[in-house]
This record gives sequence, structure tokens and C-alpha cells, in this order.
Amino acid sequence: MKKIKAVYSLVPVLVFLLIWEIVVRLELVPGHFFFPPFSVVIQEFYHLTANGVLIDHFLSSLLRVLIGLSAGSIAGIVVGILMGYEEKIHKVAHPIFSLFYPIPALGWLPILMLWFGIGEILPIMIVFVCSFFPVLYNTVTGIKGINKNFVKAARSLGASEWKVLTTIVIPLALPNIFTGLRLEAGMAWRVIIAAEMVAIPTGIGALLMKAESLLRVDIIIVCLIVLAVMCLTFERFFLYIEHKLTHKWRQNAQY
Amino acid sequence: MPNIRLKNINNFICHDIDLNIRDKEFLVLWGATGTGKTTLLNIIAGLVEYEGSVLFDGIPVDKFPVYKRKVGYLFQSLVLFPHLNVRTNIAYGLRVQGKPESEVELRVNELLKLMGIKHLAGRFPKDLSGGEKQRVALARATAPSSEIMLLDEPLNSLDLHTAGYLRTEIHRLHRKLSVTTVYVTHCFEEAFTLADRVAVLNNGRIVRIGCPEDILKEINCRAIAEDGFYDCRQGNKNSAAQIKLKDGGVLCHLGGDR
Repeated sequence: MKKIKAVYSLVPVLVFLLIWEIVVRLELVPGHFFFPPFSVVIQEFYHLTANGVLIDHFLSSLLRVLIGLSAGSIAGIVVGILMGYEEKIHKVAHPIFSLFYPIPALGWLPILMLWFGIGEILPIMIVFVCSFFPVLYNTVTGIKGINKNFVKAARSLGASEWKVLTTIVIPLALPNIFTGLRLEAGMAWRVIIAAEMVAIPTGIGALLMKAESLLRVDIIIVCLIVLAVMCLTFERFFLYIEHKLTHKWRQNAQY
Repeated sequence: MPNIRLKNINNFICHDIDLNIRDKEFLVLWGATGTGKTTLLNIIAGLVEYEGSVLFDGIPVDKFPVYKRKVGYLFQSLVLFPHLNVRTNIAYGLRVQGKPESEVELRVNELLKLMGIKHLAGRFPKDLSGGEKQRVALARATAPSSEIMLLDEPLNSLDLHTAGYLRTEIHRLHRKLSVTTVYVTHCFEEAFTLADRVAVLNNGRIVRIGCPEDILKEINCRAIAEDGFYDCRQGNKNSAAQIKLKDGGVLCHLGGDR
């Protein structure tokens, strides 16, 4: 049944691609040069993959996203747990973080460029900042939202504070933590592209800028498709992990 | 099994509580909603702040964190851990106390059998009925072989049939395990059929304490009958507004509407 549903959800995409192909081939839109048919994009995708250009740029971006997202998420979860569980830490840290939280990740770009220079650290730091705050606040919300009676019950059964935290609080906060991770996994790809477009010579963002300067719309579309697929893949990956960890016990677990 | 001594306990709800709960005794704290019964249980468990002193077997435990008091606590809302199945819920107290896995398995199997819930072992709380949850919660509270059991309205949300069955189970369990038990209820029937002694609470104070027979002697039984007080399971609206004493005084107020 799930497979049938997945096939059905592909139908609109295939129809869209078909319309795209027909509309451009029939020259129903002006400027064929600026709007290549889908088949040309696919040819270019194959060409870029075969000569290794796309893979090199993709791997550069992927590595940065993985490092930045892992570091930002781990830091966000750790600080979030401390803030959510210890009211004293929350009272001190919340006013500070709530000042930084509203700043868009790309708003940090100029100052990070000055601090870290133009190099590998810069896009990683941008992804770090992008993932840290939302994961932090989702973790805090998850932990603070836990019914306090669960904590009381665990304590009354003989659990130390550490046991309460690791066996009750964190597992019950997982759905919220994963919401943060899922949202930011997609967002990480969006900001890395922006950082690479501005300052870095490698990565999908850099390839996009090169394609733009060469007026290669087909390559631009290839990059955008890679970006869209990666955003979706990362989001689905975290949704899958969340489902695996929590669907057995959650009342309305969805996947 | 320890006796429990509460010396001059005061907090935001309970006032001037002096109580001695005997070794292996089944004491029922009886009174209307909001009279401080649950708060008194929380004081014994160390879950709320208070002034005065709580002693287990003569040893003050006021400075003990909750997990060192080692009391079995069955909460009114049961609070079964939703992410653990029945087996792991029951095993939780044993595991966090570092008991060997073989001992944990043995004890959990014993309790699953004792409570008649062996077939539920792999289920999660969301898939259990009210009565099943109640039995799992009771098994979990009992599992670590605590010397003191605190039961907070354990039959509150159950239908008459299940409540009656579980009341018998609790009675049987108390006889079998011989633990000092403090049982909170607003239900007349539960209080007077289970208790060795009943402590009646009103406005955060213990207004009467004694064996059920002695308490009943003081109560105007006609008033109870007229008010349909035995039908405690129909909810506060239909239960008695007050328990009157034979001398015309009022023992305690029950129910919110009358």
C-alpha cells in the first residue's frame, strides 16, 4: 500500500516534467536559451556526473553540511537538554540566546567572513549557526513539555537525576528534538548554497555561480535539482529515524 | 517493614499533621478532593517541600532525595512511561536501582503472573485499557520490593466491576507482600473495606483517625444512606455533601455541589 502511495505521489511530478518538456519543445515560452527542456537538463546532469565535476562540487557541499549540521545539532541538543532540565541554566542562557535566535543564518555571513576568513570553516560555521538555534529551542520545548509526573514517578522508583534524564526525559523529548533536526537538515542545504555562492570556490553554490557567469541555465537547473533532492533526502532521513525510534509508543505517530 | 512517623508536618496545604503509621499497616487517607491527601503522600515520598519531620523506623529522611526513600508510589494518573512497554515499565525501578538482569527478569515475570497481565508484556501503554493500565502501574510500583507503598486513588477512573476486582487484588497483594501501605481515596466503600485504620482529612488536617468500625460508630449512618454516599463511583455530584457525626457535628465535607 505504501509503495502504491509513493508511486501515486510521483505522478504529478512526472506530469509536470512532461509539460515542461512539451512547452519548451513547442516554443510556447519565449527564450529557449534561458529555459532548456528537461531532456537537455538531464543530458547535462549525465555529462557533469560522468566528468566528475558535479560529484566533486556535491561532495564538497555534502561534507560541509554533514560537519556543520552534526556539530550544530549536537551542541543544540546538549545545551537544549541543560536549559530544559535545569531551570537555573535556562534563566541565565535564555535571555542571551533569545537575542541571537531571530538573526537569520545568512546575517552572520559578513562577521563570520571577517572572523574566519574565506575558507572551509566559513560555510561550516554558517551551517552550525543555522542548525544550532532551532535544534536548541526545539529540544528545550520538548523537555519542558514533558509531564512532570513522569519525572516524579521515575524518581519515586529509585532513579537518580542522571537516570531520570537519560531514561525518561530525553527519550520523551525525542519527537521534538527530531522536529528541530528535520527542519534544519533541509535548511542547512539552503544556507550552504548561499555561503558557497558568496565566498567559496567549491560546492554546489559555487557551481551555480559559475554556471550563471557562463549563462548555462541547464547547469543552474541541474544544481537546483540536486539541491531540492538533498533537502528532501535529509528531511526524509530524519523523519525515518524519528519514526523508527518513536512510532511504537507514540499515540499519533506519522510517517 | 518500617513504620512511618510524621512529626508536626506543615506546608502550603497540610497543617499540623502528626501521624504514626504502623509497621505493615494498611492506612487509608480519606477525604474530599482538595483536602490534602495526595500532598500528604507526596510529603512521605519526598516529592514536595514541607516543614517538620518524616521518620522511617525512627530515622529522619527529610534530607533524603526521593530515590533514596525507596517508597513504591502508585500515582493517581498512573503515569506509565509511554515509551516503555509493559515489561520494561515494570522492570524500570529494578533496573535503575542496578539489580542484576536475571533478578529483574525473575521479578518481572513473577509480577506479570501475579497481576494476570502476562499476555500484555509486549504492549505499550497507549494500547492498554484503564484496568490494564492500573494493574501495570500497581505491578511497577510493587516491583522494587519497597517497604512502603503509597497508592493515590488507584481505582479512581475505573468502572465498578474492574474497581471491585482490583480492590480485592490490592487487598490480596497487601496480605501477600506485607508492606506498610498508605492508600488515598475519597470513596467511602474503598476506605472502609480496605483499611486497618482510616485517617479522615479535612482542610489539610487529620480530623479523625481510627479503625473503620470506630470511625463508623461516630458517623450518622442514616445521613450517609440518605445521601447515597455508598454510590461513590457516580462522581462527586451524586455523593454525599458531608459526613455528619451522631452528636450533630460534621466530620468532613465531600463532593462539590451540595
